[in-house]
This record gives sequence, structure tokens and C-alpha cells, in this order.
Amino acid sequence: MTLLTATKVKHYFGGLCAVADFNLQLQSGELMGIIGPNGAGKTTIFNLITGVYRASEGSIRLRDVELVGKTPHQITALRVGRTFQNIRLFRDLSVLDNVRIAHYAQVHYSPLEALLHIGRYRREEQRIIDNSHRLLSIFKLEHLAGETAKNLPYGSQRRLEIARALAIDPELLLLDEPAAGMNPNEIDQLMEFIQWIRQEFKLTILLIEHQMKLVMGICERIMVLDFGQTLSEGPPTVIQNDPKVLEAYLGEGSIG
Amino acid sequence: MNTMRNPGWEWLMAQRWILPALLLIGFGLAFAIPEYNLLNKYVQLVMMYVGINIILTVSLNLVNGYMGEFSLAHAGFMAVGAYTAALLTQKVLPIADYPGLFPLAVLAGGLMAALLGLIVAIPSFKVRGDYLAIITLAFLMIVKSVIENIDYIGGPRGIPGIKKLTTLPWVFFWTVATIWVVRNFVYSKYGRGVLSIREDEIASDLMSVNTRRVKFLAFMVSSFFAGVAGALFAHLLQFISPRVFDIIKTTDVLIMVYLGGIASISGSILGAVLYTVLLEVLRPSNFAALVSWLPDVIFDPLNQYFIRHLGVWRMVIMPLALVLVMLYWPRGIMGLREFRWFVPKRDLDAHHRHVAHGGSHDAPHGH
Repeated sequence: MTLLTATKVKHYFGGLCAVADFNLQLQSGELMGIIGPNGAGKTTIFNLITGVYRASEGSIRLRDVELVGKTPHQITALRVGRTFQNIRLFRDLSVLDNVRIAHYAQVHYSPLEALLHIGRYRREEQRIIDNSHRLLSIFKLEHLAGETAKNLPYGSQRRLEIARALAIDPELLLLDEPAAGMNPNEIDQLMEFIQWIRQEFKLTILLIEHQMKLVMGICERIMVLDFGQTLSEGPPTVIQNDPKVLEAYLGEGSIG
Repeated sequence: MNTMRNPGWEWLMAQRWILPALLLIGFGLAFAIPEYNLLNKYVQLVMMYVGINIILTVSLNLVNGYMGEFSLAHAGFMAVGAYTAALLTQKVLPIADYPGLFPLAVLAGGLMAALLGLIVAIPSFKVRGDYLAIITLAFLMIVKSVIENIDYIGGPRGIPGIKKLTTLPWVFFWTVATIWVVRNFVYSKYGRGVLSIREDEIASDLMSVNTRRVKFLAFMVSSFFAGVAGALFAHLLQFISPRVFDIIKTTDVLIMVYLGGIASISGSILGAVLYTVLLEVLRPSNFAALVSWLPDVIFDPLNQYFIRHLGVWRMVIMPLALVLVMLYWPRGIMGLREFRWFVPKRDLDAHHRHVAHGGSHDAPHGH
């Protein structure tokens, strides 16, 4: 079943065409990678899907729901979660609060109940505290619940960002360069980890990555972008041998 | 988080019954002090100003501290509350026969201010920081000139002869109510939304926070209590005019917010108490009375110049103190920290839970 469909999506920044005719069909449960040189429009596509930018033209659908024109929080509430290329945690807030905030759309009480701490407030708060702790323990961060996010080491911040994205209970998870700044050993662990959360949380994952090892290792399908154009699309073996891709992006030599 | 781990302090912080007990005693005293004249009228008056300033500071902190915006409109909301309540007690409510109707007027003042807060929230969807500050400043000026140009409410002359309905118990009640409601708001999903907007608005939106709704609520709660403070203020001063609610009034509240500390209710209380009391202490007669125990050799020369001219000096000393605080405590005394008695127990426990949860999950992430 198709989860995400992008048809003829175009996006301009002023006169600059950042994304030209982007088409995508993402199947439910799939793990797909988008690669391409810097400035190819990869992150822009994530921003278009999540509503940070409104596509200049074209349509992006989650099942039957049109996403173009919706605000980020509306799209997120439709169970689309994401992480960021440069970590964007709520730095001055606690690790727990970072995860709790992402529950916003799932917490059901009215402003009046919040102002007076009555009605559904207690039960709902306890529920999201419990769920946040569950997520933090999966990511081995539970003992740091009270710590300020900015004090965490880099690797833990990366994990916290994924935990926070999972807190919105996503069906579709967008990972923007999850392996940035990791060493080969950490990348091996991350690959295993992405596979694991995909199973555990029944996710469809779309990821952007520069680390060929990771992309070629876990993605079932890869799309190659360059200057907003789709160069090639297919399983890793096909991409690795596509002369256009080799020329534009991978360059001479082998793939790590 | 508080890194201090003094066992005595820990024990004290765990005694959560003390705060309600203090509140009860406080209520008792608020009734007893005016009834039996336990303190002189001047001290009672200062106590009421402290309470009103706490209401103003805690409520402004919601927008300027927790949300990280820079609103200058607080005196405007205060004016709306003051005028609404004063007109009600002067012209509408039969307050002479039923003084018990006063809280109704205060409530109406707050609601009217909240309504205007709703309008001021709208530009905050598009604009941030300095630009929003300018817009809120413009709002403040509009409120002032609208009042100045309506003859029915006294125009620039204001409203004299307002009944003195603000009493110590009422100030105490509204102060506690403000602190309680703002604290409840802060420790809810909306309050956490407000905090996340300050941290990173786009990330906040992408983590499903309905940022517009959260901003609406924050502005409404903030301006509601500014209106309440205005209503109490009008019925204490017994005279209001547009000039009372100018930018200087906002500046006073800003100072108390940043002195006490952003995003902290206990900080706001501290800031309001320190600033109000220090300004009073620095009045020549008060200061002279305070140091009168000094031997004449010291007191006389001090009095000769310094104390007599303190009226001028206090507006130098206070800002100077503020500059020093900002240099050494850029986030204010309690910035981003909270006194633990104010934090709901559920929140405290949630941040210090070490027991393993959901052990069935075994992630292959071996850091």
C-alpha cells in the first residue's frame, strides 16, 4: 500500500529552483534513502513534506490526505515524525521535557483543565510521563531524564532527537542525516538500530544520508538527487552501477 | 536542575505540606493585620503594592520569560483592567450597597484585558523579537490615546474618587490565585509548548505543538492577570489616569521580571518583592529611620548629604543594581530554575526516576 505520494512537486526560493519535478511513491513499511550532493534539495524535500515550506507546485499526499497547505503541526499530528540535519533539540529544557513536548497532539485536555489541573489533566500527564520514560529507556537515556538536553554528549543528543521524533507516534519517520558526525563503528550500530526501530515501531522510513555505507547497507530503494532533479532511482545494486550517478555524485572508485 | 545536594535542604524541600501551611497562615495574617492594625498603614500599603507587583511580574514572565518574546504592552493591559473595573464600581455595580461585588469587577477587568491580549497575540504569529516589541509598544500607545480621547471616562484627567475596595485579603487572594494558575499553566502541555517556542519555534511546530493556539493562550493568561492587577491598583490608588499606565509602568515590570529571572515563578516573586521593597527603603525618610541606630558621628554627615538627596539617588542606585545583576546573572536571580515547592510532585518525580521501565525492550544500541 502506498503511504506517501509526491507528484510533480516543484519549489522555488525566489527565482532559484530548489526542487524540480519531484515524484515519489513510498510504500508502507519501506526503508528508502535519498542521496545527492550538498544543495541537491534533499532537506528541502523533507521541509516540503513536513510543511515547513509550502510547495510552489504539485501535490504531496499521505494516503489520501493532501499535505500541501497544511501547517507543520497538522502534518505531524497525522503521524509524520522527523529529525534534523543539525540537531534541533530544545536545548535548555530537560531530556524528559524534550520527549514530553512531542506528545502535544496526543494529550487530550482543554485549556481550562490545564489551568486548574482538573479533569483529564492528571491521568493524561501520567500517561505521557510513562510513555516518555518508556521511550527514554529504549534509548538508554532514562537515567538522564532530569538532565538539560544541551549537556548531553553528541551521540546521546542524536538518540534523544530520534526518541523525540518517535514520541509523536509516527507512521512515517524522516531521518535527516542520522549518521552525521559518527565514526564507522557508531554507524554500524546505527544501522542495526534503524532496522530495529523500524520493526519495533512498525515504521516507514525515509532517510537522507551522505554515508554510503549506511545507505547502501540498509535502504531497500535509493533515490539520487542533483540540483533538484531526480537522477536515478532503484535498489542499491542498480544505483551503484548507474553511470549517471557515478559521474554526478559517487565519482570514481568504489563504494564504501 | 538544582545541583545543590545539602541533606538539610533536601529534607526541607521534601516537606511539601509547608507551602499550604504557610498559605493558610498568610491568609490569616492578611485578615488579621488590617483588622487589628498589627502593622502601620504605610507598611500595609507597601504590602499591597508588593502583591500587585507580583501579579504583574508573574504574568509578564509568561510571555517575556517562558515564551522568550519581548512584550511592552503590559501596562496597556493593566490600564484596560483598571478602567473596566473602575467604571463598573463607579457607574454600574451598586457597590455601595454590596461591596461583595468587587471581585466581579476585578474579574471583568481581567477578562477585558484578556480579550485585548487575544488581539495582540495575532501579530506574534508572524513577527518575533524586536519587531513584536515595537508592535506591543504601539498597542500600548494606542490604548493610552484611546483612553485620553474618550471624555466619558475622564479623558486625560482620568477617573478620580474611585472607592477604596482593594484590601490586604483581596490582594493576597489574587496574588495566590495568579501564582497558582500560572504555575498550573506552565506545568501543562500548553506551558511546555510555550517553553518549546522560546527554544526553537520551528522544531516546536514540527513536534506537533499548535504554536498559534499556545501563543493565544499565553497572551490571554498573561493579559488577564495584568488586567486583574490593574483593577486592584485602581481601587488602591483611588485615582487613575492614562499617564499612570505609560511605558515607565511597563519598564518597572520588565525590571522585576529580568531581575527575578526569566521562566521562573519563584524568581518573579523574588524580583517583585526585592524591587518594590528596595525602592521604598531608598526613600529618604525610610532610609533615615533604617540607619538611625548608627552613632551620630556617622549618621549626621550621612544625613547631611546622602540621605537628604536619596530621592534623586534612588533612581541611580536601582538601575545600577540592575546592571550589576544583569552582568553577573544574565538570566536573573532564579533564571530558568524553579523553587521545588512550586513544581508539581508528579513533575519532580518524573525527572528523578531511576527504576528501569519497560525492560522487555532491548535495543541493540550499545553505548
